[in-house]
Order: sequence, then structure tokens, then C-alpha cells
Amino acid sequence: MSVEPETSPEMSTAEVCDAGYQALAAAFPGLETSVFRGQRRVVVPAASLAEAMRQLHQAGFDLLVDVSCVDYLEYRGATSRYGLVYLLANTRTNERLTVRCFVDDPEPTVPSMVPLWPSANWLEREAWDLFGIRFTGHPDLRRLVMPEEFTAHPLRKDYPLQGRGERHNFPVISREQS
Amino acid sequence: MAITAPQPQTVFPRQTSSLDARLELPENVVVSRLDELASWCRKNSLWPMPFATACCGIELMATGAARHDLARFGAEVFRFSPRQCDLMIVAGRVVMKMLPVLQRIWLQMSEPKWCISMGACASTGGVFDTYAVVQGIDRFIPVDMYVPGCPPRPEQLIQAIIDLQDKIQREGTITGREFDTAARQLQKRALTESGNPLTLDASRNPVIQRQLAAERSAAAVR
Amino acid sequence: MSIATSEPLSQSADPATASRSEEYLWTLNFGPQHPATHTTLRLVLKLEGERVVDAMPEMGYLHSGFEKIGEHLSFNQYVTVTDRMNYISPMANNVAWHHAVEKLLGIELTPRCVYIRTIVAELARISDHLLCNGAVGLDTGAFTFFLYAFQQREMIYDIFETLCGARFTNSYTRVGGLSQDITPLVVEKIRAFLKTFPKTLADMERLLTRNRIFVDRTKGVGVLSKADATARGATGPIARASGVTRDLRKDEPYLAYNDFEFDVPCATAGDCYARYLVRMDEMRESLRILSQAVENIPAGPVDVGIDQRIARPDKKQVYSTIEGTISHFELSMSNRGFEVPCEESYAAIEAPNGELGFYLVGDGNETAYRARCRPPSVLHFALFPHLIRGHTLSDIVAVLGSLNIIAAELDR
Repeated sequence: MSVEPETSPEMSTAEVCDAGYQALAAAFPGLETSVFRGQRRVVVPAASLAEAMRQLHQAGFDLLVDVSCVDYLEYRGATSRYGLVYLLANTRTNERLTVRCFVDDPEPTVPSMVPLWPSANWLEREAWDLFGIRFTGHPDLRRLVMPEEFTAHPLRKDYPLQGRGERHNFPVISREQS
Repeated sequence: MAITAPQPQTVFPRQTSSLDARLELPENVVVSRLDELASWCRKNSLWPMPFATACCGIELMATGAARHDLARFGAEVFRFSPRQCDLMIVAGRVVMKMLPVLQRIWLQMSEPKWCISMGACASTGGVFDTYAVVQGIDRFIPVDMYVPGCPPRPEQLIQAIIDLQDKIQREGTITGREFDTAARQLQKRALTESGNPLTLDASRNPVIQRQLAAERSAAAVR
Repeated sequence: MSIATSEPLSQSADPATASRSEEYLWTLNFGPQHPATHTTLRLVLKLEGERVVDAMPEMGYLHSGFEKIGEHLSFNQYVTVTDRMNYISPMANNVAWHHAVEKLLGIELTPRCVYIRTIVAELARISDHLLCNGAVGLDTGAFTFFLYAFQQREMIYDIFETLCGARFTNSYTRVGGLSQDITPLVVEKIRAFLKTFPKTLADMERLLTRNRIFVDRTKGVGVLSKADATARGATGPIARASGVTRDLRKDEPYLAYNDFEFDVPCATAGDCYARYLVRMDEMRESLRILSQAVENIPAGPVDVGIDQRIARPDKKQVYSTIEGTISHFELSMSNRGFEVPCEESYAAIEAPNGELGFYLVGDGNETAYRARCRPPSVLHFALFPHLIRGHTLSDIVAVLGSLNIIAAELDR
């Protein structure tokens, strides 16, 4: 993704405090950065994700707001299949930063953020459950919302909205049996 | 006690009428059929088991709370143990992971028992036509009363309970003959699957016929 | 198994005794259908007598694929689904969803719309806290308190019903506006509520805040430290009860919160009692915001202008002006609609339960390519084992109640 022209009127508020981002940019020169509606996004390659996130954690991003994933299978012009999205916030300066990291099939794998932010635990389990992203170093990578015996990853774009009939696969209890 | 006078029935010998003529009923004694008496007792002492999963559960709470006050209709004793209850109110969507729990709780309830499917999600899946949501609990457990709405207003739920009370009084028997039989349930299920109202007749419904053929062949093997 | 308790569990200095005490651990299944879980939470507990050694929360018993539906419904349709997300404050979800959509589309709302949204969001906050605190009271044995709280919720339902026709699942917001304007009758009802509610709130406080049983059951139970609160992602009243002062209404002012004078109640104790107090105080602050907002609703249109082709024009405009007709048709046609950038954005509001945000990916369609919801409940439920270790079985309901976990938002 290319650097966007800075057109948003809310730019100024985001520029007030970007010490955390500057620290990252200093440590990793040449990162893809863009700003949209006053939100700064950074694309970090999967290989240096762990190190970059450690830097950001030290730079004061103490709140991991969210970890999510986007499946770019049907997205026009996408080059990688999955995009991990880490939303970071600094509770003291209110700085926000979106870190994105692209991974691909067949084994989408990224390092786990649980050692840095314990809140990543369940969010990463959810990403594993719904997208099948593997997080190396995660203490307990089990399915979070789907049943254990479920095999698919339902939020992938190639999984149909109505499912593949799993929801009908139960025994029927009649009046006489009960 | 608003109980209609007993109708002569085959279970009573014909000479009861002559007995009636001789017998002077003392005051405060009412003669009724045992079925009706049992139904009357049952309908006025429903103990609901709130199987509240989602939004409808909040309306269920509102029904039990001060303004709508379900206690006026003799059905306020919410018990969370299925062993103590005879009316299951399924309020909210039931998903794949929850359905085995629902079935287990239904089996744990003692007879006679009834089930109200409250809201669009419990009845049909509602707006959630997705991979995880069961499209109507009546596919998997018997249901006596459906309440439309997303979520239904408390008044609607109260009406459903009153209707269910009527139904219990009208159809209730001690033997439980009034409940859905397996064949009727199968028919209902086949209807929803084929989606064709013309196949109401079991003899022309391919799903039922297939099921029956399978049963016949299984019996023949035995 | 790691045991992190404030007081030592047993004299398990040497490993032999420790392994022996392991043998006496009970495993207790709690939920998913249990009165104190209110919804569909499940806990697998390890007990030593009555003391909880460890707890393993499990979720997903209400996972309905909300985010998958979000990829199939348009921005205006999906608001009905957000109603069913955090179903004890649906209005706040509506506001959060369209806040995120408008961020993605870059829409500037009209001042009147901003004020009305602020009002309904604050009413939603009150109704949420009423139910949450009422449920804590109910679980710790104060049924009357719950009935008081629910009675007030009915008043708010009444206001919402007059406002938009639905008492509970409102679906009130639209892209660039609202489904309908606020009427004088609603304003009158809100004024009446502002008059009567402080009395009930004072009554409720008198019932419970200094009640010996309640205080004993909640004080010092489930303590969350300030560092843990941030590291584990707690937001909203739960974080503020632990001393985190973050509140998006103050820190990243959205809607009209900049115009009002209000405080952010915080506590430092971090226990269930502090969370109860913070919620009680937040209701009072919400009343302050409401009383300022209701009296100062700006005049003017509710929806953005028809030239922007965002909000559906009203019937009068459709029938009498050519712009209205064109706008109506363009919005109705499947190949026109909004102009959605091929971009991604995140926007959050301070929902009653914490930071509720949506991460939206637009691909030029009227439908989001991906609609990720950032649910506060997931992170709060993940806190639970940390809070309950070392406490007794009866404290579970107090801790669960004070975390205010809503299953539909948890599982989505």
C-alpha cells in the first residue's frame, strides 16, 4: 500500500503525539506508512513483527486494543491473503497506531504477542479459530468460539455464510423419547 | 373453580346418571373428570425454566419484573433447575455449541413438560441465517408454542403463556396423548425441509416415505 | 498449574504435599446454563474445598457469526444486527456502528444529529448500568434492588419506544443521520425521567451501598490492579475502578461530548465494590450530560444534506424536489449507493461496557468487506480467572456480575 496524500482534516490531532510511531520509524526505516482519516497505519513484515512490537511496547503502547484478521481472498489488488491487524493505544498520551502484517497460505504464521500484552491471549485464539492463523509461542492456542470438533475456519472468505450443513448435524429428540 | 360439569363418557358406566340422581352432593364438593382436574392444576402452576440465551432473555426478565409481573398468571416461579420445572422457555438463538446443552436440559425435565420457543431466533433462526445458528429449535426438540417477535414484547410472552394454559386445559390428559408423536414431528420436519405445502400428505412426502421404508427394511432384517 | 493468590492456599512448601493437595482438587462445571451466568457463559472450576484454585472460562455458546453477516449486509442493514450484540444497551451499539461507518466514509454529521446521538448513548449507558448493578444485587441476594433498577429501565424503554417505535432493539441510527427526528414528546419524557430518576437512584444507593451483606460480599473481592487492567486490555468502568482514567469521551472526544461539563468517576480499589460504585456514579454523570444536552438540542435537519447522497431524503423532498427524487433513486439502486473508499479504518466509542469499536474494510461496495467488532466483553471475560483465584465459590457470582459480561457481545 502506498503512502496516501494527507487530506484528512483530522490530521492535526494525530500529529500531536506520535512519539511511539517515530521511535518505530527510527528503528525500522522504510516501513510502509499511510494515514487515513487521521489514523496512522504501519505495515510490518512478518519476519520483523516480534521485534517491532517489542519496540512499540517499550515506546509506551501499553494497551493492545484489538487483534484481528482480514482475509483478502476476494479483495481487488491484494497481494497477500491474510492481513493481521494490531490496534495499539497509549493510555497516557492517547496515541493510536495500527500495525498490519501480511501472511500467506498454506501456513499463515506470526509470532504471538502474549508475552508483551496478556490481553492478546484470547484475541489470538479467536483469530486462530476463525481464520486459522497460527501464533507461535502462544501458551494455549485452542479454538475459542467454535466447538472443538469443528474443522473449518468460518470467517475465511471461501467458507459460505450458511456453513456446510454443520448446523443441521444433530440428533432429533421427539416427544416419545423425552 | 370454573370447571364445567362432567360429560358422560365411555369410561363411566351408563348407570352413573341414575347414581347422580340418587346422590346428593354436599356443599363444596365438585365432581370432575380426573384429566380435567389434573390439567387445571397443571395449567395454574407452571414453573418456567428460563433457557435464556440472548436478547429475548432480557425481555423475559422484564416479564418477570415489576411492571409486567408474570406472577399474575401463576407462572412466576422461575426455577433454574430443570428437574423442578415443567415449562421450558427458550429465549434467544440457539447455536451449534449450545444445542446439545438444550437437548440435555430438555431430557432432564420431568413429564409432563411443555416448551415455548420465544422469539424469531429460537423459532426459525431469525436474522441469523449463518453457519453457527440452529434454524429453529423445533428441528431438534418438540415445541408447543411459538412467540413471534424480535424480541417479543412482554405482553406477547404473557399471551403465549395464557394460550398455553388454555391448551393444557383443553387437551391435557394424564396419559399425555395430546403431545406430538414422533410421526407428526417427522412430518413437520419434512415439511420445512421440502418447503412444499402440497406434500402435507405423508403418503406423498418423499422424506417420510424414505424414512418409513428404512424403518420397514430394518424391521424385516430383524 | 500456577496459583496466584494473595494468601497462601495451603502449606505446600515441598512438592510432595503440593501434589497430595492436587489430588483433593474438585472440578466443578459452572454453566453454560446457570442462573448466575445470566447468559451462556461456562466456567470449569478447580476447587479446593470451597476455595477456587483455578478457573477456565469457556465461551462460544452464543457464537452466531455476526462478523460474517457484516460482510453480507449493507451499512444500513447491519445496524439491526448490532442491536442484538450488546443487548442491554442496543442504542450504544447503533451509535458505535454508524460512528465507525461514518469514519470510513468521511461523513460530517449535523449538529442536531450529534446531540440526539449523544442523548441516546447516555440513556443506553444508564440502562446498562442499571441492569448490571441490578444483577450484581440480585446475585448477592438483593432482589428488591433489582426490581427498582428494572422499573427504571422500563422508563428508558418507554422513551426509546416513543422515539423510534421499538422499545428494545431500536435500530435507530442510519448512515449520516437517524431513522427519525426527536419529538417534543420525547424531550418531555426525558425531562420527566431526569426529574424522577435521581430520587430512585438515591433510594437504590440507600438500599445497597452501605448494606452490610453486600459490602462484605463485594469489598476486596476480585481485585484488579491498575497495571493489570491495562496490560490485560480492560476498558470502561472496569478499568476506571482500578485507577485507569482513560475515557474516550474525554480523551478522544466524539459526538458532542466536548460541549458538556461532566466528570469521569474513577476508583482505585479495583474490587467488585469499586466497580459497583463507579457504575453508580457514572449514571449520575450521565444524568448531568443528559440535562445539558436535552436543553440545548440545536435546530436544523437531522440527516446530512441531500446533495451528499448519503441519507435517504424524506418523502416530502422526494415528491416535491428533483434532487430528492434523484437522491432517493440513486440510494435505492443496487449499482449506485454510497461511495465507499477502498480503505480500512477503526473507530470506537466509549460504550457502557468499555471501548466498543469497529474495524471496517471497505472495497467500494455498500457492504463492508470485513466488519470486525472490538468487543470489550471478550477481554473482560479473559480477566476472570485472574480475578477469582483464591476466592471462594460464592464470590464467583459477585465477580461475574461486576464484570458485566454480555454473551452476545462476547461471542458475536
